Amino acid sequence: MTAAASNGAPPPAIELVGINKRFGSVQANRDVSLRVEKGTIHGIIGENGAGKSTLMSIVYGFYEADSGEIRIDGQKVNIRSSAAAIAAGIGMVHQHFMLVESFTVLENVMLGAEGGAMLKEGASKARTELLRLGTEFGLTVDPDARVGDLPVGDQQRVEILKALFRHCSILILDEPTGVLTPQETDQLFRILAALKARGVTVLLITHKLKEVLAITDHVTVMRGGEVVADRRTADTNANELAELMVGRKVRLELEKTPAAIRAVELAVDALSLVDERGVTRLHDISFNLHAGEIVGIAGVSGNGQSELLETLAGIRTPSRGSIRLRDTVISADSPSDPAAMRALGLAHVPEDRHRLGIVTGFPAWESAVLGYQRDPKLGGRFLLNRNAMTGRCEELMQGFDVRPLQPQLGSSKFSGGNQQKLILAREMACQPRVLLVGQPTRGVDIGAIEFIHREIVALRDRGVAILLVSVELDEILALADRVLVMNQGRIVGEIAGKDADERQLGLMMTGSAEQQRAAS
Amino acid sequence: MSARPSQLPRWIEIGLLPIINVLMALVVAGLILWTIGANPFEAIAILVEGAFGSGYGWGYTLYYATSFIFTGLAVSVAFHAGLFNIGGEGQAYIGGLGAGVVALAFDNLLPAPVLVPLAILAAAAFGAAWAIVPAYLQAYRGSHIVITTIMFNFLAAALMVYLLVDVFRDPGQMSTQSRTFTENATLPEMATAFGWVGIKISSTPLNLSLVWALICCVLVEIFIWRSRLGYEIRATGLAPRAAIYAGIKPARVVIIAMAISGALAGSVGVNEILGVQHRLLLEFVAGAGFTGIAVALMGRNHPFGIVLASLLFGALYQGGAELAFEIPTITREMIITIQGLIILFSGALAYMNRPWVERLYLRLVAAKAQGASSHG
Repeated sequence: MTAAASNGAPPPAIELVGINKRFGSVQANRDVSLRVEKGTIHGIIGENGAGKSTLMSIVYGFYEADSGEIRIDGQKVNIRSSAAAIAAGIGMVHQHFMLVESFTVLENVMLGAEGGAMLKEGASKARTELLRLGTEFGLTVDPDARVGDLPVGDQQRVEILKALFRHCSILILDEPTGVLTPQETDQLFRILAALKARGVTVLLITHKLKEVLAITDHVTVMRGGEVVADRRTADTNANELAELMVGRKVRLELEKTPAAIRAVELAVDALSLVDERGVTRLHDISFNLHAGEIVGIAGVSGNGQSELLETLAGIRTPSRGSIRLRDTVISADSPSDPAAMRALGLAHVPEDRHRLGIVTGFPAWESAVLGYQRDPKLGGRFLLNRNAMTGRCEELMQGFDVRPLQPQLGSSKFSGGNQQKLILAREMACQPRVLLVGQPTRGVDIGAIEFIHREIVALRDRGVAILLVSVELDEILALADRVLVMNQGRIVGEIAGKDADERQLGLMMTGSAEQQRAAS
Repeated sequence: MSARPSQLPRWIEIGLLPIINVLMALVVAGLILWTIGANPFEAIAILVEGAFGSGYGWGYTLYYATSFIFTGLAVSVAFHAGLFNIGGEGQAYIGGLGAGVVALAFDNLLPAPVLVPLAILAAAAFGAAWAIVPAYLQAYRGSHIVITTIMFNFLAAALMVYLLVDVFRDPGQMSTQSRTFTENATLPEMATAFGWVGIKISSTPLNLSLVWALICCVLVEIFIWRSRLGYEIRATGLAPRAAIYAGIKPARVVIIAMAISGALAGSVGVNEILGVQHRLLLEFVAGAGFTGIAVALMGRNHPFGIVLASLLFGALYQGGAELAFEIPTITREMIITIQGLIILFSGALAYMNRPWVERLYLRLVAAKAQGASSHG
């Protein structure tokens, strides 16, 4: 007998009571209680490390709570594994998809629910069920398409279908829009609305306030492992939520004066790149980057932006065309390398922070000199001076407010935002003339985003030429003085930053602007 | 979802866990001994007594450990660059050849203070050269270093048989070995060295190579953890893409790390050829190259850990020999089984005991915290 069941009203779809979870000395969840009403969309927001993911991992059976209760429809349940979670009607769509890329949609959906030793019977049942779900929720995907060939938005639908196929009545989505275009995001929200209309309860974990406000009914804010607020979405606003998440006032708007554009620092001319597998990643790219401006590269992830950054940074060698940095021309015949590019005054904040930007196995003071390990100021001819390195690291950390201020701490122990601040500090410290920045705020907390954006603009005002690649259109719109849109390795459009809007960029990113132009 | 961070303090990670692993290996070994009718406790006592019970035992234990320090360091340096060098055996063999060739060529011309360092350098250089070939193939041709270094062990063995049968064999001798070097090309025994300062210790194969091995430990420590190149090697091993981003050339790192690894493995030749045998012969490496892999694993690729692990394996070799001698039912093969068990538990199954130790530790910490809070 539970409290909810005794008073007539239907019990909540899922209720967490006093959940505690500790990892070593870190209290990841402290006395977390949460009620999610049936058939609603409930947002859980919080910064990285606020305990959202741990909480959902407990609900989905990856971790066991140290104490506390999970109640589904008013009944206490024990969820010790993902299988138990699925049996309890919980489905989860992870931030990084759990799909077998070489399998078809149908095979992926059936995986783990094949229904017998032979596939045939199960497959035909699954096919019928897929069609039914497709029409009921507007979740249409070709069941025979190979998952690896599908766009990200469709892959996400497969994940949702997988959950529905297992009869889930509670669907958890972890940062579902991180990889989607604005159009795909809209489609996802329509699907979520359809799910809600048919009584499915949706838990949406995100750090994007706009989305929470757009689609949820209720929102729970977490900070430091605890629930700090529960609000009806209708009764709150972005500023209040941001303040609750960060624990202090946050300025969401970025103030920025018009760019004072100076000479060309980096000239890219007809640049093409064919990768090891013979796929052409960059087609004939040309643009100039001037001192004192921020050029934003918008595009759906995987349309050549990463390759462009890597080629400009000297990690890849262009196949055709050239890059001119100051007086040096880089081309297939006169290739460069990252060390040489750095020497020419080019700094690079890489997109893939964990694999490129830092060495996760190094302490912070070693990651703080990555790329500058040959700097004469850091030691003698052969040996590095540890005091000089820790000193440099401390300076960088102080300058960019990296927390905790502990150079000895492992690089991987810092939050995403603090890792990013350390990388930015490192790359800005060498007084570059050109700065390449990839996804500067991916997985970074709101408070840190504010700081990082201000620093990038400050650097621009000091006359640095900045190339910004981001899949977050908000970020491009907030920072860029000029926006280039990439699609399938080409630059398909250019708009002045002040004239750009999200819808127009979104259309260009998916290539539909061009198609429309071609059709008319 | 990010991987779960290790929740264990360092003393458990590098101290307690290896000890638990070794103890478990000994328990299993004890069970096996018991089934063949030997008394496990007596066997362990003989083993420990044989390895550490006398100056003679210590001498042999340390002599074996010397070679393991070299090969263990060799594996660890390659490992820091993300390379698995299984070719220590062959590199040690060729390193011995280098020392031997220099000794044979100059032992009637140069005095010991000149010739010995020259021969030590030759051992390192030959070992390095033997490792650079697979390194080059990996760096520029994409051949996998594990495969090529294994194959190079066989090539080394074949080459040595050819050289000792057809080139270096003392004319008129039936056995496949060179003539004995003169005094000029020998590294003094430790007993002799101690004799210079008036201390008397048992005469064993232990020689001054041990000092060189310990110096190498210090040099490797400085190189890997404090030098610019060491930084680049570790960056490449831990995060290859980050290393490229940082302007480090992976091919260069592969070649340098393997050259150093080969030079260290080749130094086994200093211990065996210059220190003990004083002539070139076949199969003097006797598995030290492979033992080095287990030593590096157990020593967590850190020089200090490698010294401790080498000592353990040296003790197993020496104590094991005593054991086989004292208890006839325990054959040489049984000793190899015990060594194998230790390698299995501390190498292949190194992380087997970690989950429960971690659970236990966390429970104890939680209990302590609760106790403290209820009292406070």
